[in-house]
Amino acid sequence: MSILVIAEHDNSSLKQATLNVVAAAKAIGGDIDVLVAGENCGAVAEAAAKAEGVNKVLVADNAAYGHFLGENLGDLVAEVGKGYSHILAAAGTTGKDFMPRVAALLDVAQVSDIIRVESEDTFVRPIYAGNAIATVKANDAIKVVTVRPTGFDPVAAEGGSASVEQLDVVKDAGLSSFVSEELAKSDRPDLASAGIVVSGGRGMQNGDNFKMLEQVADLMGAAVGASRAAVDAGFVPNDMQVGQTGKIVAPQLYIAVGISGAIQHLAGMSDSKVIVAINKDEEAPIFQVADYGLVADLFEAVPQLEEELKKVL
Amino acid sequence: MKVLVAVKRVIDYNVKVRVKPDNTGVDLANVKMAMNPFCEIAVEEAVRLKEKGVASEIVVVSIGPKAAQEQIRTALALGADRGIHIETDEEVQSLEAAKLLKSVVEKEEPKLVILGKQSIDSDNNQTGQMLAALTGMGQGTFASEVVVEGDKVNVTREIDGGLMTVALNLPAVVTTDLRLNEPRYASLPNIMKAKKKPLESMSPADLGVDIAARLSTLKVEAPAARQAGVKVADVAELVDKLKNEAKVI
Repeated sequence: MSILVIAEHDNSSLKQATLNVVAAAKAIGGDIDVLVAGENCGAVAEAAAKAEGVNKVLVADNAAYGHFLGENLGDLVAEVGKGYSHILAAAGTTGKDFMPRVAALLDVAQVSDIIRVESEDTFVRPIYAGNAIATVKANDAIKVVTVRPTGFDPVAAEGGSASVEQLDVVKDAGLSSFVSEELAKSDRPDLASAGIVVSGGRGMQNGDNFKMLEQVADLMGAAVGASRAAVDAGFVPNDMQVGQTGKIVAPQLYIAVGISGAIQHLAGMSDSKVIVAINKDEEAPIFQVADYGLVADLFEAVPQLEEELKKVL
Repeated sequence: MKVLVAVKRVIDYNVKVRVKPDNTGVDLANVKMAMNPFCEIAVEEAVRLKEKGVASEIVVVSIGPKAAQEQIRTALALGADRGIHIETDEEVQSLEAAKLLKSVVEKEEPKLVILGKQSIDSDNNQTGQMLAALTGMGQGTFASEVVVEGDKVNVTREIDGGLMTVALNLPAVVTTDLRLNEPRYASLPNIMKAKKKPLESMSPADLGVDIAARLSTLKVEAPAARQAGVKVADVAELVDKLKNEAKVI
């Protein structure tokens, strides 16, 4: 078996999710090659070559891939990937965008968002917002699979010494072009891979109040997230949303503040190791999944939390 | 410009999902069904494009059992002009759905195809992208804004870390994210009028598409239940437990 992992990156650094996907590839077993497609992405290729368990890094460095347009990546990965038994990518917004194109171009099914590998052709994935867990067998010759990064512990980022090979395959479908990008700038860790996440919900009442959570998060080196209700109410931008249709997180510690705990939110965080809920409504469903529940007004509890943390950290 | 919207009949958003005791799937007997929420957003966006004078006709298509006509009628009541029902009682997976939609696209030649980004049953997030690849169209996935300008459409996409805007040549495929719009409710007069709008029915065989599934579901289980923990009396106890019991800070 031979597995092609598509690296997730921003042209300058390799995203940790790639290491989780390589771990999923190791669970399948076989030679693992990593494809780095981007523009001026040499540093990413070097980082990928150091990852544990990688056999070879293929680099497609061209302006056509600079913004990860799904049409161009789809054509590239379908061509490079057709010689492999498996094609894997992280189930982030980039992988979700181009991988179904790859599957369609190869005329094979895609298995989305796997959380476990049972065998080379059988995978486990959540359906119905995580309310059911399906075990599915892919019957096509090439398995096109997106991987939920939190389902797999990452391989080591250092220690490997894969060869790096430049590809001169340029696929510019000419169907789409990049116009602009607005990326949230933050010095906090990435929500999807942070060890601690502090999230706020509708109970925060407005966007300004999220500053309280940010102060607590900064004390602990945590990322800040939000429920869909808080995003829909306009308190915070959409990229902070944790849940079925937002980010899936599984940190060591998840602190839910003023979040009632709709199942769509639970679908995005219930694999966290330790869950803390702070809510004034003791009937809130979030308490049913919380390891530690505090029934309190968050506007009193959060400043107290900040003070207590300052004492112990 | 003609707009094609695909909608899916799924379990209602508010229904508590239960896994069947024999682990063959989810219990859908006597369960309320509805239009997939992302598909409602797709219909709404098409109707808004028509209200702006950008779209001239909205064709809505659904794949599924006879009862899926309810969801087509709902779309017609919201403002779509005409319905196409591809009737089958078989499970239709993403690739096969995309192939069926491709044959509809070839016949109808829409300038824009709008779909939900994923259905809340299988949570696959595949069909729109597969349709775009099979028809050689560009794709604007996870859209939070759609602006048609001449022979292009600018789509603002919700991506990890923020927003990204792409320009696509028309015809193109757009898949909707939650914040694209807020769907309206159908009025009673419009529900009555929708009953008289044309609805054409056909089978996958009529379209010459093999819908045999490529993925077999071996079993479906309930997720491992998480046990509720303890209530703490105050913040000091919470911090103490996090530090000394859970050891996570």
